[in-house]
Amino acid sequence: MVRNRKLYEAIIQFLIRVCGYSAVLFVAAIFIFLLQAGLPALVEIAPSSLLGLRWYPITTQYGLLPLLYGSFIITFGAAIFSIPFGIATAVFIAEVAPRWMREVLKPFVEILAGLPSVVLGFLGYLVLAPLIRTTLNLPTGLTALTGSILLAAMALPTIVSVAEDALDAVPKSYRDGALALGATKWQTIWRVTLPAARSGVLTAVMLGVGRAIGETMAVMMVTGNAAQIRWDGLFYPARTMTATIAAEMGEVASGDVHYRVLFLIAIILFLITFIVNLIASSMLIRAKKRAERMLS
Amino acid sequence: MRRACRFLPVILCLILPACSPPESSSATSSNAITDRGSDTLVNLALAWAETYAKIDPSVSISVSGGGSGVGITSLIEKTTDIANASRAIKPEEVQSAKDNGVEPMEFIVARDAIGVIVNPANPINQLTLQQVSDIYSGKTSNWKDLGGEDRPIVRVSREVTSGTHVYFLESVIRLGNSKDTTIFAADTLLLPSSEGIMSEVGQNPNAIGYDGLGYITPTVKKIRLSKDPAGPFIEPTVATALDGTYPISRDLYMYTNGEPTGKVKEYLDWILGPEGQKVVSDLGFVPIS
Amino acid sequence: MRVSRTVTQRIAFALLTAIMALTVLAILAIITYIFWNGLPAISLEFLSAMPSNGMREGGIWPAIVGTVILTIGTAVIAVPIGLLAAIYLSEYASDSPFTRTIRIAIVNLSGIPSVVYGLFGLALFVLFLGFGSSILASCLTLAIMTLPVIISTAEEALRSVPQSFRVVSISMGGTRWQTIWRIVLPQALPGILTGVILGLERAAGETAPILFTGAAFFLPQLPQSIFDETMALPYHLFVISTQVPGMPVQLQYGTALVLLIFVLAMNLIATFIRSYFRRKRQW
Repeated sequence: MVRNRKLYEAIIQFLIRVCGYSAVLFVAAIFIFLLQAGLPALVEIAPSSLLGLRWYPITTQYGLLPLLYGSFIITFGAAIFSIPFGIATAVFIAEVAPRWMREVLKPFVEILAGLPSVVLGFLGYLVLAPLIRTTLNLPTGLTALTGSILLAAMALPTIVSVAEDALDAVPKSYRDGALALGATKWQTIWRVTLPAARSGVLTAVMLGVGRAIGETMAVMMVTGNAAQIRWDGLFYPARTMTATIAAEMGEVASGDVHYRVLFLIAIILFLITFIVNLIASSMLIRAKKRAERMLS
Repeated sequence: MRRACRFLPVILCLILPACSPPESSSATSSNAITDRGSDTLVNLALAWAETYAKIDPSVSISVSGGGSGVGITSLIEKTTDIANASRAIKPEEVQSAKDNGVEPMEFIVARDAIGVIVNPANPINQLTLQQVSDIYSGKTSNWKDLGGEDRPIVRVSREVTSGTHVYFLESVIRLGNSKDTTIFAADTLLLPSSEGIMSEVGQNPNAIGYDGLGYITPTVKKIRLSKDPAGPFIEPTVATALDGTYPISRDLYMYTNGEPTGKVKEYLDWILGPEGQKVVSDLGFVPIS
Repeated sequence: MRVSRTVTQRIAFALLTAIMALTVLAILAIITYIFWNGLPAISLEFLSAMPSNGMREGGIWPAIVGTVILTIGTAVIAVPIGLLAAIYLSEYASDSPFTRTIRIAIVNLSGIPSVVYGLFGLALFVLFLGFGSSILASCLTLAIMTLPVIISTAEEALRSVPQSFRVVSISMGGTRWQTIWRIVLPQALPGILTGVILGLERAAGETAPILFTGAAFFLPQLPQSIFDETMALPYHLFVISTQVPGMPVQLQYGTALVLLIFVLAMNLIATFIRSYFRRKRQW
């Protein structure tokens, strides 16, 4: 009986280890596949062409700059809307709302998470785009801004949910201690609870923005997909890297130049998110170490 | 021993992916036909599939869109039996196919007229092909230059994977001149679907768009076109496409790998026959001859 | 002039309430709009029949079935792996550089765009491993995409269980795994469930990963094996709202509504389980 249990434990621990390592394996696998398929593009296409200002594969113009710009400006707009809204909502749900309201609000925000991007994209070009065109007096409502609003709506629930869980995980003793020292509820939230939950809130923001950068369908339907760079690009059509891949991937035969460039774009997307996440991860680790030092 | 065991999971992770299943069956099993490609053709293809299913229930036909480029690529990679295309296969594609052991065989299954559309509130009713070309290449940017209102022109188009897009580039923007290298203006909206085009043109007074006749809805206004500035300016209809007076109409194709046999042959023969062609005109496309 | 703490609090709370109200209003508006426009389309026939007349009539049964199959398939693959990985990180892993690498990898996986997953799924499962455009390829792709959400939230949930629980269990003679399985895991269940459901909801609604790995525009019959393609609700909605001319708008809203209800149902179950267990929380 004892030997069986030991064997059982060993097997379970083995499985756990395999799964623990799996994340690294997947990331490595994805990166390797992308590299293998996309790097040859750097050889086949002159760098000056890749840094060009026009993306038009039909005439082999593979300028990546307008695509980078499009992704950047739409994600930036989404972050501006979703981060303050998301954190504020999370704070409200976790700290300000009475118990009964919390139980209603949490699933409510999660409903937004469930809305598929296709549905939001559909509503976006039927309702939001015309609205933006008429209220802001633009030539067309299919703009980066429209995309940003939809992306913010999609990133919001992720930010709220994870941040709220993080705030909730802060031990009651922290709050009680602050209140006992005479702090108001708001002071407790602002100076004690939020800082204590900082790492979780940061994770929430990252997961949310990550969702925004990677969104494909909704932006494909509402941003107009025009590959152009303008200083006021937020109010004009733009083309993201993700929409480009989704729209053009089906037609490329594996191995030809267009195929390789699309994979190159995927590599760029991967690297951007990798660097952002690396920075955020190291911030998290440093914050955690600081917290441990403070408590010890 | 314990130390070595620690590495076992890593090794396992590396071995596992090497296991693969039996080769899954390719596109053709004798009673299933896959039909992929042009979004212009997809509804027609679907209507054919549904009607044919009533005639020969033993055959199951699956239909997918994605664009002419998708269909031809699938044909080259042998993942489809029939490729739908709203443009002719390119010489490079024929070469890729042959390199992969595929002999593309072309069938013209219907014809289509490309309509240029504007918002119903737009006072303009007719344009020459040269004017349309100038609009889309970026030379003309305001409706007032064409005698309309003082509004910026918003150019709407299909995506680059669309055969319709390629056809428009070659026949309208470049006016059929194969040496011309003009391309769409950088700020052209490349919408993923016909529905998006109708929606934008239908509610944005600044917009101009184009699409196959079968997709144009009553919510937009069709422009009469002429090659010659002197006229006559022709409305896009099935009749004018058939008799050739409308300047931009094109063939719609289906490609197979080599001479079709068996159920695929029966299906194609039916499509080219009177019943198949009746479906074509029911849907607003132009039957062959 | 120093603003009193009470005033600061009132302003802050008012602002928070306003933002919350705005968010709630927006969500309500979207849902009401979909319900209002989609409800008339819902009928038993709509839900259980195959599409006909170029999808303009008939029902969306194969799309519903497809989405259910894909969701279950994703869960079957992602949940065990994700949960075990979370357990590894929370209970077994020491703070070594390798563990930090794993964490970085997870955060990275969560940031990878869904369309890149689609490309990867195409390259690995469809082409390289030869599964072809199939349910299997789609489920595997969706599973890898869902993994980071499950691992992150599950680990957070496991970590939030106070150390005292584990200490007491071990001191009473329990093995590590017994402690995890019988004590820590049940306590962390609400948080884990949140993560799983959030992840699966997203998997059910995603289009880009299945676009090139297994989704089909129209199949005359239901899929017969995991190597077949399938219709799916999100892809179906994309297709009927963008490709089919003369598509009755009501059916589009109806399809959107069905997808929404599918997701709402998952939400409701998760909420119920979570609030039930929160009440029973022992710390």
